Amino acid sequence: MSPMSGKIEVALFVTCLVDLNRPSVGFAAVKLLEQAGCRVSVPDAQTCCGQPAYNSGDRKTTRDIAAAVIEAFRGYRYVVAPSGSCAGMIKKHYPALFKDDPDMLLAAEDLAARTHELVSFLADVMDFEPDDVKLDRKVTYHDSCSSLREMKVVNQPRKLLDEVDDLELVEAEDREACCGFGGTFCIKYPEISEEMVDRKIDNLLATKADMVTAGDLGCLMNIAGRLHRRGEKMKVLHVTEILAGMGKERGIGEGDD
Amino acid sequence: MQVTSRKFKESAHEAMADEDLRAAMNRIRTAFTTARADAAAELPEFESLRDQAAEIKDHVLDNLDYYLEYFEQKVVAEGGHVHWCSTAEEARQAVLKICRDANARTVTKGKSMITEEIALNKFLASEGIEPIETDLGEYIIQLADEPPSHIIGPAVHKTREQVTDLFHEHHQQYGYQDREEDPEKLVGEARTVLRHKYVTADVGITGANFLIAETGSTVIVTNEGNGDLTQSLPKTHIVVASLEKIVPTLEDASTLMRVLARSATGQEMSVYTTFSTGPKRKDDIDGPENFHVVLLDGGRTEMLGTELQELLRCIRCGACMNHCPVYHAVGGHSYGWVYPGPIGAALNPQMVGIEEARHLPNASSFCGRCEEVCPVRIPLPKILRYWREKTFEQQIGPQPDRWAIEWWGFFAKRPWLYRQTTRLAARVLSMIAGDKGRIRSLPFAKGWTSVRDLPAPEGKTFMEQWKKHNREGR
Ligand code: SF4
Repeated sequence: MSPMSGKIEVALFVTCLVDLNRPSVGFAAVKLLEQAGCRVSVPDAQTCCGQPAYNSGDRKTTRDIAAAVIEAFRGYRYVVAPSGSCAGMIKKHYPALFKDDPDMLLAAEDLAARTHELVSFLADVMDFEPDDVKLDRKVTYHDSCSSLREMKVVNQPRKLLDEVDDLELVEAEDREACCGFGGTFCIKYPEISEEMVDRKIDNLLATKADMVTAGDLGCLMNIAGRLHRRGEKMKVLHVTEILAGMGKERGIGEGDD
Repeated sequence: MQVTSRKFKESAHEAMADEDLRAAMNRIRTAFTTARADAAAELPEFESLRDQAAEIKDHVLDNLDYYLEYFEQKVVAEGGHVHWCSTAEEARQAVLKICRDANARTVTKGKSMITEEIALNKFLASEGIEPIETDLGEYIIQLADEPPSHIIGPAVHKTREQVTDLFHEHHQQYGYQDREEDPEKLVGEARTVLRHKYVTADVGITGANFLIAETGSTVIVTNEGNGDLTQSLPKTHIVVASLEKIVPTLEDASTLMRVLARSATGQEMSVYTTFSTGPKRKDDIDGPENFHVVLLDGGRTEMLGTELQELLRCIRCGACMNHCPVYHAVGGHSYGWVYPGPIGAALNPQMVGIEEARHLPNASSFCGRCEEVCPVRIPLPKILRYWREKTFEQQIGPQPDRWAIEWWGFFAKRPWLYRQTTRLAARVLSMIAGDKGRIRSLPFAKGWTSVRDLPAPEGKTFMEQWKKHNREGR
């Protein structure tokens, strides 16, 4: 905690997808963290958590990137990412990457202990509740696999969404099933991924919700991209955007048409 | 069996176009997952049982030689024989020799994945010995001349109509002239045909779910009771099992059985649990006169002490495939060798070579559901990742994929350069999308755009906006 401001020092791990594709999620994250009483820094030396290399079996590149992330986020009390997948990478996989290097292992474990997925950080650590946020929508929440299984984020987003005025939260069938994103998987095996995302979408549509949200931009881009390809009208937003009162923004993949 | 893992993508493509298969996979996806979840929820100690199950297996694997020798002594003391076989070929020859000694013309078989692994049926047939599968599912795929598509439900991919056709084709010789469509009557028909074979078979071959060191017993669990008849009616009983099936005590076997059936089908216990200990004793009213255990290594001891050792904890319950979205999409045959689903994707590269099986560990979204349900807590995604690292190191698979990652890595390791590139990419992609907000087709991103639109970047990266925002003071 910084003695100057009395606020909790949080470093934002923006994630490469948010940085490139949907900066508004990053700004929503900053807004929420500030509302919760944090002072937010965005370390300049960050790029990506390394998952594209990690999932492709390129351990060396992954280690190099992980080492850079560890360095970039040294010293911050908390490190928070608007993604269960990137937070999970840092928390669960960085230590495994450095099993054979005691110094790096220590540093990786130290970073892992400080790293959180954004929504669970807001709910569990900061005891935050969105205040005066309104969205008149029927919304269904998709559990990303890493949020669900690696980060155990299940109730926190639902609890916070419940605090949004006029928002009706509905649950989809088979909600623990993967949406078929899987990083490089969805590009290398598009047909199988298509089958998976279609099944997911059928379940989402069956809820009659008009909006789907999640805590991971990768899943959301996959779901939104497929929804658009199928000509469906369901709107897609990152959960951070809803909680930050940006629920009326243009949905992911939406244009002027 | 012929290995076709190399053609995974093509097989998957065909499988996904097969409506019957889709219907079958849907049944697995819904029925088995719910059944397992209910069974797990009903038993408060289920999670701790899983820990115990994993511990039992780990302990055995750390002391494998000890327990195997102990087991052998017990089997011999009970009047049975143990045949140690390092390879599939040795195992086939061992079985053949026993069959020849028994002058066998026909053998009945209980369900056994190891006999699939060593392709025993084809081999016996080529030696003039007729193998007859007695598990209904195995019987169906034997008639269809197909490999199993699931480790506990070998014929899950078959529809009722297909079974009707098969039986109609093969059972006319036994006097069944009508096309039977009623599922119960179909089962009845198979029973009658098989009953006759039980009594005429010279040798019965079963697998084993467990080998118990303290008693020298082998254990099989079934839901049809076919295993009992297979092993007690013929004069000779051969158990074909791989060596990691060993457990120290009866108590350990029962712990494993408690997680096995719940994970597999959601049952508390399978309907039949059959223990075999040596041949028939003097006062026994029935049982085989000869009892043999053919013990297969088949590359397993090579896995000890490596990253793959944990795979040897597997008790072949099938939960990982029942919960796998990729298996649900592509079915069991696409995997191209005996073991499908996550366990197959993790194990087959070791058994048939990573070059041949390279797709299997790659075709996973790493959703982690398999590990979440595996009763012996095998870290399947971790092992799939191990294989991906092997393919990367050994440069197996498309070169351009590796170049792309190395090229991307080059930028990701250089934040300043990365910023410039992403700034440019965000602009270009946003321009291509125009006011549509998404891109329908992008030549260098076909993998993405072949099935979905690409949501376009907003135009400026977060990092550049953040810098500006900070410069202008907040
Ligand atoms: S890996 Fe685990 S879940 Fe899969 S078959 Fe083996 S024991 Fe069952």
